[in-house]
Amino acid sequence: MTTNTDLESRNAAPRQDSQDPSIFGQTPWQTVGPYFHYGLPWKGGADLVGRSDMGARPDLMPPEHFLLSGSNVSGQPEGEVIALSGCVYDADGKPIEDAMIEIWQANAKGRYASPDDDRADVALDAHFVGFGRASTDKDGIFRFRTIRPGRVPGPGNSLQAPHIALSVFGRGLLKRLPTRFYFADGDGNETDPILALVPEARRHTLVAQRKPDGTWWLDINLAGENETVFFDL
Amino acid sequence: MSRLILPYAGLDAGQPASLSPDYRSTVARSPRQTPIAIPQTLTEVTGPTDWSRLMGPAMADLTTQHKAEPQGQRIVVTGRVLDENGRPVPNTVVEIWQANAAGRYIHAKDDWPAPLDPNFTGAGRAITDAEGRYRYVTIRPGAYPWGNHKNAWRPAHIHLSLLGPAFATRLVTQMYFPDDPLIEIDPIANAVPMPYRQRMVSRFDIGTTVPNWALGYVFDIVLKGRDQTPFEDDHDDEH
Repeated sequence: MTTNTDLESRNAAPRQDSQDPSIFGQTPWQTVGPYFHYGLPWKGGADLVGRSDMGARPDLMPPEHFLLSGSNVSGQPEGEVIALSGCVYDADGKPIEDAMIEIWQANAKGRYASPDDDRADVALDAHFVGFGRASTDKDGIFRFRTIRPGRVPGPGNSLQAPHIALSVFGRGLLKRLPTRFYFADGDGNETDPILALVPEARRHTLVAQRKPDGTWWLDINLAGENETVFFDL
Repeated sequence: MSRLILPYAGLDAGQPASLSPDYRSTVARSPRQTPIAIPQTLTEVTGPTDWSRLMGPAMADLTTQHKAEPQGQRIVVTGRVLDENGRPVPNTVVEIWQANAAGRYIHAKDDWPAPLDPNFTGAGRAITDAEGRYRYVTIRPGAYPWGNHKNAWRPAHIHLSLLGPAFATRLVTQMYFPDDPLIEIDPIANAVPMPYRQRMVSRFDIGTTVPNWALGYVFDIVLKGRDQTPFEDDHDDEH
């Protein structure tokens, strides 16, 4: 403390915060916590094909506080309608009932509904956005209804096998965990440039299997035996 | 035809580790294997920009969603969404959710004895304009206890969720308030090392405070940016 402080002109000590240029950079990730259900999964978020309430958990809030509206995507997208499901497990093999899954995928022809996919030779589908969001249910299970995606280019002249990008969120997850779904019978799985980077013994954690009822099923193990392969993007 | 892929930067040094044992829920829910680095493809550098068809229009005023006004200190939160190169991110959705003024969530699983407010849900979404600016009106959330350890309290916070332009730019974070002593002792905020933790603290702003009506807080949100050097697929360049 100096003795000649000018009380009239002194400023409060600068405090570092989001507006401080000296620490400008990526805002850090934080968990969604356990109470996201009235704030994130909108009605029909998990239904990329029709209009339903799939993906939401209206059982977790009074009806007058379920303000998230339904999807407004109309019409029938082209392609094969598929059901995509799985269970999210923790390191001890316990199902996680407060996880959330998001998916991002190309349409049946292999085109992303994004300005950064500007390939004029592959058609957009006016009835398909390709993004979905699902809460897990009380048994840890998520369910999507979507379209089987077409193949999209990979690095160099490669072609990727049909796949869906996926993010896992939840209480206890400080960052989302990005991974992918492939299909057990997918064209080009053997030559897929991303699967090729995954040790062979772990590749099965990315490949959905078809159940007798037709559902494509892939469990997500956050840790433990058969830990799912997550990506560093 | 070869394609030019402009990948996004990776997560920077200020991001939390998945496993952060002081936040106990991370112990059973964190991968133990190192995540596998992959080149970004068309899948990762594209993303949903048609969110309004999915989610509907903005809901940027959380104080007018029910019959009467909610209890609590009315606040206006404004800010910009930028990428880490300082460029604005226009027309992107900022989803928010939060507890009420007493620190209680409108969620069936939140049962600590603080009052619910029938006039407050705590869910909204704002959309950035051409300069990346967003604005919403809400009430200041309260702090609340949680079961992480004995006498654990979460600092007051607002949850924010952003898509940004690509799958690679997804962000979920929490905005804290200046001068909150609970930040110092919160395992979730402290999963982020200093000084980066301070990036999650908003600033009180007299300039955006509305006289006789609401206090103003400013919070800029920074998403991953494109790497400066493009990843060129085509090896037949002219030079």
